[in-house]
Amino acid sequence: MTEACRRLGPRAQLRNPVMFVTLLGALLAFGQLFTSAEPFRFVLQIALWLLFTVLFANFAEAVAEGRGKAQARTLRASRRQLIAHRRTRGGALEAVDAGLLRQGDVVVVRAGEQIPGDGEVIEGAASVDESAITGESAPVIREAGGDRSAVTGGTVVLSDMLVLRITSNPGEGFLDHMISLVEGARRQKTPNELALTIMLAALTAIFLLVVLALRPFGAYAGADFSLTTLIALLVCLIPTTIGGLLSAIGIAGMDRLLQRNVLAMSGRAVEAAGDIDVLLLDKTGTITLGNRQAADFLPAPGITRERLAEAAQLASLADETPEGRSVVVLAKEKFRLRGRDLAAPHAFVPFTAQTRMSGLDLPAAGADRPARSIRKGAAQAIRAWVETNGGSFPAAVGASVDSISRQGGTPLVVAEGSAVLGVIHLKDVVKGGIKERFAQLRTMGIRTVMITGDNALTAAAIAAEAGVDDFLAEATPEMKLARIREEQAAGRLVAMTGDGTNDAPALAQADVGVAMNTGTQAAKEAGNMIDLDSNPTKLIEIVEIGKQLLITRGALTTFSLANDLAKYFAIIPALLLGAFPAIAPLNVMRLGSPASAILSAVIFNALVIVALIPLALRGVAYRPAGASSLLRRHLLIYGLGGVLVPFAGIKLIDLIVTALGFV
Amino acid sequence: MTSPNDWLQLALFAGALLALTRPLGCYLTQVFDPQGRTFLDPVCRPLERLTYRLAGIDPAHEQSWRSYATSLLAFSAVGLLFTYALLRCQHLLPLNPRQLPGLAPALAFNTAVSFTTNTNWQSYGGEGTMSYFSQAVGLTLHNFTSAAAGLGVAAAFVRGLARQGAATVGSFWTDLVRVTCYLLLPLSLAFAVFLVSQGMIQNFKPYDTVRTLEESPTPALRTDPADRTPAGPDRQPAPAEAAVGTQTIAQGPMASQVAIKILGANGGGFTNANASHPFENPTPLANFLQMLAIFALPSALTHHLGRAVGNPRHGWAVWSAMFVLFLAGALVIWWAEAAGNPLHHALGVAAADGNLEGKELRFGVFNSALFAAITTAASCGAVNAMHDSFTPLGGLVTLFNIQSGEVIFGGVGAGLYGMLTYVILAVFIAGLMVGRTPEYLGKKIGARDVKLVMLVLMLLPAAILGLTAWAATSTWGVAGLNNAGPHGFSEMLYAYSSAVGNNGSAFAGLTTTPADGDVRYNVTLAAGMLVGRFLVIVPILALAGGLAARKHVPAGPGTFRTEGATFVVLLVGTVVLVGALTFLPALAMGPVVEHALMHAGGRF
Repeated sequence: MTEACRRLGPRAQLRNPVMFVTLLGALLAFGQLFTSAEPFRFVLQIALWLLFTVLFANFAEAVAEGRGKAQARTLRASRRQLIAHRRTRGGALEAVDAGLLRQGDVVVVRAGEQIPGDGEVIEGAASVDESAITGESAPVIREAGGDRSAVTGGTVVLSDMLVLRITSNPGEGFLDHMISLVEGARRQKTPNELALTIMLAALTAIFLLVVLALRPFGAYAGADFSLTTLIALLVCLIPTTIGGLLSAIGIAGMDRLLQRNVLAMSGRAVEAAGDIDVLLLDKTGTITLGNRQAADFLPAPGITRERLAEAAQLASLADETPEGRSVVVLAKEKFRLRGRDLAAPHAFVPFTAQTRMSGLDLPAAGADRPARSIRKGAAQAIRAWVETNGGSFPAAVGASVDSISRQGGTPLVVAEGSAVLGVIHLKDVVKGGIKERFAQLRTMGIRTVMITGDNALTAAAIAAEAGVDDFLAEATPEMKLARIREEQAAGRLVAMTGDGTNDAPALAQADVGVAMNTGTQAAKEAGNMIDLDSNPTKLIEIVEIGKQLLITRGALTTFSLANDLAKYFAIIPALLLGAFPAIAPLNVMRLGSPASAILSAVIFNALVIVALIPLALRGVAYRPAGASSLLRRHLLIYGLGGVLVPFAGIKLIDLIVTALGFV
Repeated sequence: MTSPNDWLQLALFAGALLALTRPLGCYLTQVFDPQGRTFLDPVCRPLERLTYRLAGIDPAHEQSWRSYATSLLAFSAVGLLFTYALLRCQHLLPLNPRQLPGLAPALAFNTAVSFTTNTNWQSYGGEGTMSYFSQAVGLTLHNFTSAAAGLGVAAAFVRGLARQGAATVGSFWTDLVRVTCYLLLPLSLAFAVFLVSQGMIQNFKPYDTVRTLEESPTPALRTDPADRTPAGPDRQPAPAEAAVGTQTIAQGPMASQVAIKILGANGGGFTNANASHPFENPTPLANFLQMLAIFALPSALTHHLGRAVGNPRHGWAVWSAMFVLFLAGALVIWWAEAAGNPLHHALGVAAADGNLEGKELRFGVFNSALFAAITTAASCGAVNAMHDSFTPLGGLVTLFNIQSGEVIFGGVGAGLYGMLTYVILAVFIAGLMVGRTPEYLGKKIGARDVKLVMLVLMLLPAAILGLTAWAATSTWGVAGLNNAGPHGFSEMLYAYSSAVGNNGSAFAGLTTTPADGDVRYNVTLAAGMLVGRFLVIVPILALAGGLAARKHVPAGPGTFRTEGATFVVLLVGTVVLVGALTFLPALAMGPVVEHALMHAGGRF
């Protein structure tokens, strides 16, 4: 609340014309205290409630900022008084305050130390605890080169040592950015917010005219309307509800993203997220599980399927990779193979880049050569292995391998000794629930395009299974970029996720580009949002938050304007009753007295801001649906509700005000 | 009080209007397209070509919105000066059988502005002030050109919506010529012939002086029951001073002027009594077709809109919103007039007939109410009954119709582009509620559009309320009133609403001629008319220019729908709410207070 008072300064208020007029009205009303013919306490109460109206609006903004700031503050505190080890040109290390690091400085961070600023790893690899930013406790690997080279200030190196080049100057890092985005005073208005502000300012001007004209009208009719009443009428008519909550809504939208661990680089990006028409989604990790899974066993001629499955299972028992585990599971499901008791001594042969196969050897008692030797691996590797064992690679197995590859699957050939047993078909598995998600997106009017390196055939198969609207097969970064341009040329807004450096142009071109936090610095700089969890599916949530933000704005604007009707019915009869007693029947709400009617309307006007703060911060409940049903629903709630609610509210306040004898 | 016959007429009117909209809308689409083909090509094409050659117009040359606006303003300015000069020199010009003098400067200015802006507010007294030449040349010219200009702006606006990435919005000169040649001239000709068949006069004869059966106590020229301009000595040339017992009956080229006055939503009557004069509205059929003709072009424009933007259902949605607003207004006026005046009831007069004061008995309550709703909704301003004498609530509806910005069908062209500003406002506010940046027909609505729309919506109340406030607090303003109290206030409010809304009808009773009233009325009203016309057209064209340059966003299930019942409700709600919020206090001070006082026995 003290923060709310601090914001009463004219510079802060001028940013918001509606509240500025309200503040001026309050000051004028205070000026009336000793000059007005009306009772002192009536004028005082009006003046106070007008001031409260402004304070409540400031309060809303302060609350919204507070939530985001708190999160940023904990992050920032963690970095305070950090000593960095900067490498001088000569190669020696010197200790400097982390706050003094400039872009281009090279620092060394050892295990147990905090990373002093955003940077790029140029030497070494280490596991890093990024929980301070992502909330995810599992450490991640950061290494020089490749797509995992970016580190964020405030995270902790757990093992090994990293040499980084700092990429941002003090005050320009992620955290600083985040903090400035949630601070109302430094926030840039988004395009839609700007348009809305213009509309609200114009409405305020119209109502100012309306109220100003009442003075001469009154003079003609021989009614002398008091300044206090006219100010009260003006403030009730101008859209204070939305005017007071507008910036809180924007900040809260940003904050909701932050709570989902997404960092938006601008408010404009959040707004654009609501307008997205096309989502470009990477297949792996978004639409399919990251790993391929065994789907079928294709035996070689003369081999039973069961024998292949058994050998495959044996070869995979010790294989802890997800692919390996999926083979064991498939064999168990298809043939009830429980996994042979491996009490017998055996030697697991792990996968290496040289052999490109894995498997196991069951030694025969006392013999040099193993009794059974099973391998699974890429066709080429197995062919070489079988041939050195004196066997041959059957043509039928080669055909299976080709057919699986053509379908986009990964063939894994299994061999025992010199005999090729058959092929395991590994394929992509579409994530559970993703199809429903895409169907929802479709009702929201958003098309999904799957991006994959697979060939067209595979891509088509997965696309059909996942229910995406379109796909881009054998995609290169250039093709991605071209696709985005093409969609944009047709007037659509495109969102995509990316992590690699070669994604950067596409991320920059997209209207909403979400970079993964695990990605490269180049990708992060190109995108306008960063997902700290590096979860590509989050794009869908981002779109929903964007929509929710716009809906909340529209709903409260509609509500605010619809409110005016009831306020007229409260104030106009009160205004005219003095000069024209015959107008009494117009007092449809049967309010106690002209003074109580005016006071009640002003109080309602102030309290409704407070009542709507939670809604502004939380956002209007959003459920994916088509535009028509959303509009009908929201028009009913906020349009019709906006007309009716104040009648009840003002009447209630009037009863209380009259009962307590305030006027 | 309401007979089945009345309901039948209402249904007939609605049905005829609906039936007319589509074919006439299709015809409009052809007229607005410089390459368009119509069945009148054999007759009109040579005329069009000739006009281009004479005026040096290249029909293929399109203009940017700035250039379009400049052409329109220049053309209107020249027309205004021409008519001003002509009216001032009326006495030197031919076809002036009654040797009427030239008009006073303020009156000539007011009249020239009035006809240039398609308002046709008549501060002058019709046949008592204007020579045949002034009427046929000085005024009827504007009846055509101002209507054509309004239609042109609407066409430019629709082009702005339909085009993408375009720098131009059409050519003002081509629009002007094509609308006049293919639409207004042939339609007016046909309509004038029909009106003559109903008994309307069309001649250049001197006025008739006849001996009346009954001796009349009133001066001869006051042929209408509620003359808005009480006779003054300067406007009563010698023959009119005839002895009681004779009456001067106006003659003249009436049908030709009335046809375009109605079709072009001009409304400036040939006679002072306007469409309540037996010559100007001779039969019930003529009355019915005049009402239909007022709405014909504004209604057809909605269909043109739908066709041009490739979404006919949107056109019908706009039409439906207009119709709902019109119907509601018409029913309220009808009800209020049929219910009559409680003061009359108390005296035991004419209770069964409703309020017949100021109404032509040939038309009765229903046809007067319907005509009033139509003429105020459509910015026409022709009247067949005196709105001043309506009950307060009936008068309130006519006021509200005008103050809504003349968008309930509205003036030719002006109604459509006025309504489309409301559409953009509605789309902007409610469009957010579907979770996207608001877009209208695939065009994103940004800060610039909102600025221009709000400018238009701000200008109207600023001019209406500002000028009314000035008049209400000045001696000249109050001196011109015919009635005191809230009714007098309504008279002023109506005058400025009518001027700014470019309607032109009057809550008669206000005296605005220089002799009896004040120069300042003529000048302020003229200022209101200029603001209401040109300060609206310029932002509208700017809006059109901005929209034309923008790309279309293809529509999908997530796009805000600008058709269907929800949208109609939204649009009606926006018009009513914005209108109500802006003018409720003013209306409360006028008709609402008067209504309350009337029931308490007050008179003014």
